Amino acid sequence: MPNLKDLKNRIESVKNTRKITKAMQMVAAAKLRRAQDAAEEGRPYTARMNAVLGGLAASVGGSDSAPKLLAGSGSDQVHLLIVMTGERGLCGGFNSSIVRMARAKAQELTVAGKTVKMITVGKKGRDQLKREYGDVMVNHVDLTGIKRIGYANAHEIARDVLGRFDDGEFDVATIFYNTFVNVAVQDPTEQQIIPASFETTDDDAGTVYDYEPGEDEILKDLLPRGVATQIFSALLENGASEQGARMSAMDNATRNAGEMIDKLTIEFNRSRQAIITNELIEIISGAEAL
Amino acid sequence: MADTMQFDLVSPERSLASLQATEVMLPGAEGDMTVLPDHAPVITTLRPGVVKVSGPEGEADFVVTGGFVEITSEGVSVLAEQAHAGNEVKKADLESAYTFAREQAEKASDEDKSAAEKLVADFAQLLEDME
Repeated sequence: MPNLKDLKNRIESVKNTRKITKAMQMVAAAKLRRAQDAAEEGRPYTARMNAVLGGLAASVGGSDSAPKLLAGSGSDQVHLLIVMTGERGLCGGFNSSIVRMARAKAQELTVAGKTVKMITVGKKGRDQLKREYGDVMVNHVDLTGIKRIGYANAHEIARDVLGRFDDGEFDVATIFYNTFVNVAVQDPTEQQIIPASFETTDDDAGTVYDYEPGEDEILKDLLPRGVATQIFSALLENGASEQGARMSAMDNATRNAGEMIDKLTIEFNRSRQAIITNELIEIISGAEAL
Repeated sequence: MADTMQFDLVSPERSLASLQATEVMLPGAEGDMTVLPDHAPVITTLRPGVVKVSGPEGEADFVVTGGFVEITSEGVSVLAEQAHAGNEVKKADLESAYTFAREQAEKASDEDKSAAEKLVADFAQLLEDME
């Protein structure tokens, strides 16, 4: 028979855990709102940027003078994987789903005889990939101290990536992050950023723009910005996804804790009742013996 | 001809302005330009400078560090990497972009040298104007 005192302690400790997960869920909910707002605010810029770049890329893309960022370096031997994860755990499958995707991609590339290099953004991804890919990690971006992701952070990452591209360190860059669908669903996404690929929309084909200075110059100026913008929007999506994942994970945990408390309470009551019954039997049988 | 056009100023982090304008002055890469309603469609890059907007509601200034602008007959949208309202901009806000431009100019190859140095000069001019 379980000790009553032990059961009581168990119930207390599960109750405390429930308090913590509940608090974490509420914090995540508040942060999620902020992260979603940030992602929302950044969308017009990204959309406009992609539209303009798409139009430009379509008209310049085929020519030989196309910049390397668009046309590629002429080979696809060395791949750079930029893996974006969270800085903290306790958010369900958020971090592992990105890592799993990146790992699969890395294995696929290795099998195909390509060289893989990695940049990790966020501590969790680095920790999970360090053992296997520690020696091909070229950089790690630490966002631990940053409360609100700004464009400057994305710009810094982009600057590093573009610098390496210019030095010929890699040929193809792909980012891995979670797209925020809703609180319960986050989609692990891989997106190639170098050479840049744009969804060409035919909607604005009607407007013929004058480019000043020339198309080539503008494209050369805009492509690095395009890379930074894509990284920025990935960071924002990832931020919102992380909070969403944490919120639903903590919601589950809170519910589980509740169920556990109910079960333990029933067990506690049963044991107490059994003890009382036992004592009664002892008293009665003692009285009868007299 | 329409009297006003839509003016939008967006940065990656947020949308800074969206208003009706009668006239927009832009620091274009090839020189300053003023846009009136019903302008021919143009896309141009910006150098660091001040965007001046005049409209029915008065005038507004914005300091941008670069970016590009899309002009159509309906309006002007400025996509600035970093933008500040003219009356609240501090020199310190521009310092990091200026430093980056200088670094770039130092290590730029001969081909890009003049462009990078021009960018630094534009920054210096902008900072001087702000004093």
